[in-house]
Amino acid sequence: MQIYLPIAEISLDVLLLLAMGGGVGFLSGMFGVGGGFLMTPLLIFIGVSPAVAVASEANQVVAASASGVLAHMRRGNVDFKMGLVLLAGGIAGSSFGVWLYSLLRAIGQLDLVIALSYVAFLGIIGSLMLVESVRAVLRKSRAGGVRRKLHQHTWLHGLPFKIRFRKSKLYISAILPLGIGFFVGILSAIMGVGGGFIIVPAMIYVLGMPTIMVVGTSLFQIIFVTANVTFLQAVNNQTVDVVLALILLAGGVIGAQFGGRFAHRISGEYLRFLLGLFVLFVGAMIVIGLVATPDDIYSLGPGAQR
Amino acid sequence: MTGRILKMLLLAMGLGLAALPGALRAQELVADSSRHLVAITTGFVGTEVLLFGATEGAGDVVLVVRGPSRNEVVRRKGRHGGIWINDSQLTFKGVPSFYWHAASKPIETLLRPAALRRHGIGVQFLRLPPGRDVSENELADFRAGFIRRKVLTGLFTVRPRDVTFLGQRLFRSAIYLPPNVPTGSYTINVYLVRQGRVVSAQTVPLSVHKIGISAKVYQFAHTQSVLYGILAIVIALAGGLLAGVIFRRA
Repeated sequence: MQIYLPIAEISLDVLLLLAMGGGVGFLSGMFGVGGGFLMTPLLIFIGVSPAVAVASEANQVVAASASGVLAHMRRGNVDFKMGLVLLAGGIAGSSFGVWLYSLLRAIGQLDLVIALSYVAFLGIIGSLMLVESVRAVLRKSRAGGVRRKLHQHTWLHGLPFKIRFRKSKLYISAILPLGIGFFVGILSAIMGVGGGFIIVPAMIYVLGMPTIMVVGTSLFQIIFVTANVTFLQAVNNQTVDVVLALILLAGGVIGAQFGGRFAHRISGEYLRFLLGLFVLFVGAMIVIGLVATPDDIYSLGPGAQR
Repeated sequence: MTGRILKMLLLAMGLGLAALPGALRAQELVADSSRHLVAITTGFVGTEVLLFGATEGAGDVVLVVRGPSRNEVVRRKGRHGGIWINDSQLTFKGVPSFYWHAASKPIETLLRPAALRRHGIGVQFLRLPPGRDVSENELADFRAGFIRRKVLTGLFTVRPRDVTFLGQRLFRSAIYLPPNVPTGSYTINVYLVRQGRVVSAQTVPLSVHKIGISAKVYQFAHTQSVLYGILAIVIALAGGLLAGVIFRRA
């Protein structure tokens, strides 16, 4: 069943889009990742222009994060103070990111920058997942292990503008969460992702937040950052396809439920290994697209406006 | 059904012309299209528009359809450090977004190149004014690249389609408008050619526009961007929260 997407301006099969939403939702339910970093490249593969894919996926991440944050709020696992500081950086970063996006689009380098960002991040994440899952399997076979220190002091703790975050039991410089929020905000605008895959490890390893607080707090700030991206993309570039975002959302929420249940059945290490392989595969596809000789070195720009 | 009506219409027109007294026969060419409005709906998969008409006396017919003019940016990739990057671009100013033509005989046997160029008949004779100074070679390359992309997306025809004559005087042809057809005002130029000269010409208007939900969404996104952005967020939040609540119970 074909549907004409009003902003993407192409006809696509609704069932294919639902299946993609469901598949990525399944993975995100299984691994607890947002899935934006998989959905955007998939949309580009099926012919949605990178500009529309990135902006519409940001819109979908708003919905996905909103549905996820409720459970964490009920359990009290959201540090709102930390979330707001991250968000301040995130709003600034994503606004800068959308400005950069518009600039890159005007000079014809947006597709390239999106592709290169994806190659870098999919490569890094995929490799880390593979290494980490292999290590976990090896660790299992060996008993014991070295215990990590609970709290380590580094030069990061010497930075000024310290704030106390009671919920996370931290007394750290505001520059750190602001900086992390800013960086992830840029990624959110350029790549159409929530940025959970960057912000979660950053909160654990750089800020030293308790793991239990991390996911809820990151979801909380991702909602507002991606909402900001959606708004600015809609106003500046008119590239947000609400119809596309809604179809993906419908598939995504259903897939996520099944993914969540399936995750209990098989061992986490193997799952992460498989996801790592998949992520690397998607990255490799993008690399091929960049390196392979194009069918035609000429292309028509988006300047073709009516 | 419409086909039969059309045939009858054509016949009636032909007979009508034949019956006209000599003084009124000055108009040597009469043409029209089956539709003057083409609506793009949510399920639009392309459509055909029939062009038909009658000529007074012998002659050949050439049809040229042009979509609304716009500036088109053409980009060229080059290989840098192993990857392909857009490294130069050229804007063609005020070029037709859609170009289609048809003739009852090969156009080069009908008119001399100068006449083809004057009337813009044939893709190679289209006027594509560049937006900046470029060398002749580069211009030719960009021109060829532009036309190739347009042909691939189905918006330009390189080889003229057929105009068929039904008998001596009635002619018809079918324009195909692909699913990605640009919206706006089109012009259909109909030329009557006799002995290497255009002896009569007529212009038929055609309007292509979007209707239905997708048209409204597009319109809304472009004219009320701020509201559209806010609404996109509200819809996403509502959808997400709803899903969160539904599956909490499940």
